[in-house]
Amino acid sequence: MLVPYAGVALMIAVAIALAAVFLLGSIYLGPRAPNPVKSEPWECGTVSVGSVRRRFSVRFYLIALLFVVFDVEIVFLFPWAVLARELGWAGFSAMAVFVAVLGLGLAYVWKRGALEWE
Amino acid sequence: MQGLADAGWLAGLRLSDLLFYAVALVAVTGALAVAFGRNIVYSAFGLLLALFGVAAIYVFISADLVAVVQLLVYIGGVLVLILFAIMLTSKIGDARRSNLTLALVPGGVIFLLLLGLTVFLSLTTPWGTVAGRGLPTLRDAALEPTSERIGDALLTDFLLPFEIASVVLLAALIGAVIIARKEMRLLTTGGGQGNRP
Amino acid sequence: MPSWWWLLIEVLVKVVLVLVPLLTVAALLTWDERKQSALMQDRLGPNRANIGPFTLWGLIHPIADTLKLFFKEDIVPDRADKLLHALAPILALAPSLIVYCVIPFGPAVQIPGIGRPIALQVADLDAGLLFIFAISSLAVFGVALAGWASNNKFSLLGALRASAQMFSYEIVLGLAAVGVIVVFGSVRMSELVARQATPLWGGLPSWGILVQPLGFVLFMVAALAELKRSPFDVPEGESEIVAGFWTEYSGMRWGMFYVAEFVEVSVLSGLLVALFFGGYHIPGVDPGWALTGHTVAIPFTSHGLAIAGWGWGLLMMLAFGLKVIVGDVVLQQIRWTFPRFRYDQVMSLGWKMLLPLALLNVLVTGAIVIR
Repeated sequence: MLVPYAGVALMIAVAIALAAVFLLGSIYLGPRAPNPVKSEPWECGTVSVGSVRRRFSVRFYLIALLFVVFDVEIVFLFPWAVLARELGWAGFSAMAVFVAVLGLGLAYVWKRGALEWE
Repeated sequence: MQGLADAGWLAGLRLSDLLFYAVALVAVTGALAVAFGRNIVYSAFGLLLALFGVAAIYVFISADLVAVVQLLVYIGGVLVLILFAIMLTSKIGDARRSNLTLALVPGGVIFLLLLGLTVFLSLTTPWGTVAGRGLPTLRDAALEPTSERIGDALLTDFLLPFEIASVVLLAALIGAVIIARKEMRLLTTGGGQGNRP
Repeated sequence: MPSWWWLLIEVLVKVVLVLVPLLTVAALLTWDERKQSALMQDRLGPNRANIGPFTLWGLIHPIADTLKLFFKEDIVPDRADKLLHALAPILALAPSLIVYCVIPFGPAVQIPGIGRPIALQVADLDAGLLFIFAISSLAVFGVALAGWASNNKFSLLGALRASAQMFSYEIVLGLAAVGVIVVFGSVRMSELVARQATPLWGGLPSWGILVQPLGFVLFMVAALAELKRSPFDVPEGESEIVAGFWTEYSGMRWGMFYVAEFVEVSVLSGLLVALFFGGYHIPGVDPGWALTGHTVAIPFTSHGLAIAGWGWGLLMMLAFGLKVIVGDVVLQQIRWTFPRFRYDQVMSLGWKMLLPLALLNVLVTGAIVIR
């Protein structure tokens, strides 16, 4: 079990090291000449007004919630998919019920207008 | 793979031990960052490290499907949900200290209980040990892949929990919509242009 | 030297074998992006950077760009969160590189002097495909952190748009992959590719695109949306929100997001190839020949051309690389062909069209497979 994961570990180490080299190169190789205007938030030249931490549409959060639910659904589907042939119709119907319940959920969310972006 | 078992055996053992400690260090550092980070976004980032480290530890006990699912659901899903909540909340970054120490005594009791449980479990679990060493090692590498067995178990022995899981997810969906609905009605009637996504 | 070290060296060689082409292709894609768009818009495109008298059709530009980005000022805005601002590009770049460790770029191959067959894949995980989705979901984290750490309205809004879009299409991507898994009965990437070599009917190989046509379309559209490129480039729509979550980035930090974007093009192209176009498989070539070697008859003669195992392995590796590059170019072509969607269109396409279709695809595929 561990042997293939040694490859993953090495890949992670190399990838992060590579990214770190890029970042450090950027920090140390380039010139530094900060001035007050340059350090302002960039808004196409106009002076920034108001706070950044303002309220955003709750729909973004709703989408994130929906994502988590369907993400979990996919995780449940993967093990079934591997064995779809062996499990036959019994497994299929069990999975179909599972998908149908969540399809119901999607229909509800849809009807409630949670998927509308005006 | 014969060579792995004799000549490279000791070296391999030490390397996997080292890897384990590195991973454990990541998990513990992350957890500490969650607990002591002054900024809530730093705490969220610490949680990323902690969950990642724990996923790697799952790999060490040969539960790689669980490890991957941990990454997929907890880091890719739940943690980003937390980050979204932070990003969407105004003025949350202005708080000087987001995790004040509260309820020291009940917290201590819970900590001790959990510590006891952890120690108890780690002493009673039949670990796949090698020659008195506490960690599973490369010699256990021949363990079977888990995804097929989990699929089989899920759709035969654990069918009812599997179906109930879908109902739980449905409840989560409905709950999310109901909580968000009030907010959305506000948006569509009186929110005006300012809140357009 | 203990054999453990040989294993380590083997893995290290494979990591290099994956990362060097991946980054090279990413650099070439930046050139291709500019040259291809120039061609389509009747311009010349990059043609000035030179080494002595050589301009090589602008191919020097990626090198010049890389050097330039390293020596540019790396501006960090005053109000930004310095640490997270630095970490975000790492979180954007690293996952897209890591993902490639489970994509097989060739069959198991017999190399002279090495006793056992070598799998041309860094890590053959049991849950390989799930691993890809798990790691690529880390990229959402990078995007969200970049937007938050920059402390800029456009960055934050861009990050929200980007992550919500990536969420929505990740589900479609996952469900489209479930269809493929049902057909081939494995989540292990090497198996998924190997099973596509079995003949279907009429000499056609059972490539994913032939057995999962709807799955392919869904996966392709979702891949385009994951890439956040036209027609799905609302998170970076320059006419609306400056450059989205990249707005406050400059120098090589910006370059990292840029490189990550092109690496991701190759990642999704690689996934498309592995799942739907037979991976390293060449029609008419048995992947087993990479182990045993094989003699092909030269037409109209009585001679045969004997190619050793490693030769076949190399050929199939090249086939994989070629397929990925063709996929890259097609994805780029789409980017320059279509205008940008509105954000509401992006979201309703994902949730109201593709998601139900993907669920239907899984059910129908399951029913057909079990039959």
